[in-house]
Amino acid sequence: MTTVALSESNAPASVGVVTPETLVIHDPLTLTCGAVLPSYQLIYETYGRLNDQASNAVLICHALSGDHHAAGYHREDDKTPGWWDHYIGPGKAIDTNVFFVVGVNNIGSCRGSTGPASINPATQQPYGPDFPMVTCADWVVTQAKLADHLGIDQWAAVVGGSLGGMQVQQWAIDFPARLKHAVIIASAPRLSAQNIAFNEVARQAIMTDPEFHGGHFLANNTIPKQGLMLARMLGHLTYLSDDLMGQKFGRELRSGHLKYSYDVEFQVESYLRYQGEKFATKSNFDANSYLLMTKALDYFDPALEHNDDLVAAYAPIEAQALVVAFTTDWRFSPERSLEMVKALRQAGKRVVYAEVESTHGHDAFLLPNTYYEQVFATYMKRVAVECAL
Amino acid sequence: MSLKPEFTRLLDWIPEGARVLDLGCGSADLLAYLMKHKGVQGVGLEMDPVSIIASIANGVDVIQADLNDINLVNMFGEGAFDVVLTTQTLQSMQRPDYLIDSMLRIGKRAIVTFPNFGYWRNRLQLMSGGKMPVSDSLPYQWYDTPNTHLCTFADFETFCQERNIYILEQRVLGNAWGAEWFPNLLGEVALYHIEKGIGSH
Repeated sequence: MTTVALSESNAPASVGVVTPETLVIHDPLTLTCGAVLPSYQLIYETYGRLNDQASNAVLICHALSGDHHAAGYHREDDKTPGWWDHYIGPGKAIDTNVFFVVGVNNIGSCRGSTGPASINPATQQPYGPDFPMVTCADWVVTQAKLADHLGIDQWAAVVGGSLGGMQVQQWAIDFPARLKHAVIIASAPRLSAQNIAFNEVARQAIMTDPEFHGGHFLANNTIPKQGLMLARMLGHLTYLSDDLMGQKFGRELRSGHLKYSYDVEFQVESYLRYQGEKFATKSNFDANSYLLMTKALDYFDPALEHNDDLVAAYAPIEAQALVVAFTTDWRFSPERSLEMVKALRQAGKRVVYAEVESTHGHDAFLLPNTYYEQVFATYMKRVAVECAL
Repeated sequence: MSLKPEFTRLLDWIPEGARVLDLGCGSADLLAYLMKHKGVQGVGLEMDPVSIIASIANGVDVIQADLNDINLVNMFGEGAFDVVLTTQTLQSMQRPDYLIDSMLRIGKRAIVTFPNFGYWRNRLQLMSGGKMPVSDSLPYQWYDTPNTHLCTFADFETFCQERNIYILEQRVLGNAWGAEWFPNLLGEVALYHIEKGIGSH
């Protein structure tokens, strides 16, 4: 028998099995809405190694239904990796051989950081609908506390897509000296009326579900499954492009012939129901958290306190930026990204912008795409060079 | 890094520390050179993905956009740059006149280079063979060329005169002896340094 030695390879790999950690912060947090959280918990994961100067740290900000589990697996037998595993790992765009990567779950969410499903210390009951509204500005304050805890004065880059990209902008505005690069993917400087409208329909779907009980569904031992399902169906379809749905489903029938009934006729109906059902039953996503996340999207608007002048809002920024948009993303369209690019330029900031051809709509920022990977990886190499890594 | 001869010919038109925008920057070799050796603040516009990657790797801030679509004045604002340049791009624009107009609004001065259609070899090919010229500076066939708006030194100068564009300097690229004296016949590539004429503001 001969044995073959496995050679060291530069091929992209997984970060492997990771274990989340928690940080409990006892400083009271005054939120944008005025409410105070006396203490709160953050759950986070890290990949790679923090160097001695703490100059190679990258923060990943998650989107609406995302969490701290951005890469790798929690157990050897996990079927699916973290939500951005395609772009984080050894040899990947955010190369964990070079960078120390931090994924954190935001407060108000339901994946381990303090949120509506957590126990309110004042009542010893779940917060439910009493959990205060949270904003991107609140999140970056908590993320900065985590950076303090990890000994990171300045991030090499803060990175995020969609709602995550809004947090990246907030970081660059609120803590200019604490990040060298801002990577803003498939995002916007604020939501359009149409986007807010979509969020409102999703919220109404949840809140009008009889099982919602004014947000006290946990105390009633139930969940507003129907509402969550509808909210997800709506969200999901707006994250896809018309082209892609056409390619994927067309007008294909479920059973081969028309039944002239309200049962599922077309494959696309079946697909959407499946996605909604899966989210409502298997994801264990808290309905109050879903509401809060959509509100955080709606409220993000750094130009508001500057008479709608985005250039003025971006004025404090010291970071360089990479902005990426996807051609068929109609919820966070390339035009919205160009608004950010324009304002960054006019505020005298350095910015790189790439518009990636994709049929996947808003979801494209999560999916494999050669050009996107190259832009992302090449920019992150530049970050590494500038941070002398 | 060695620069293309065309680029070395226009270096002294770009002041130290200038704010420079290169329209159709390709791999951004010129901007990278200017940033390194002249301390300019460079920005590139480009639409080809391969060139975008090369520009990012070159350390240049590149913005992916189609020059035929983008509203430069809206994007950058009037007078945002000291120099706006476009090398070997003008002739493939849908409306070169609109581009030059925008360049002179967002920049104090502009640099334009293009293949001279009046170059004697081009004239010879058309006259003797009766066919559209194909050469190093015009490497395409008539059916696949992106160069839909070719012109000569003489055409460009007439255009500038009509539009009240002041030519600060004109240069020629070409190996032929005498190209400096007879650019329209002997010059292969035209280089122009221009600004808005007086009274055109």
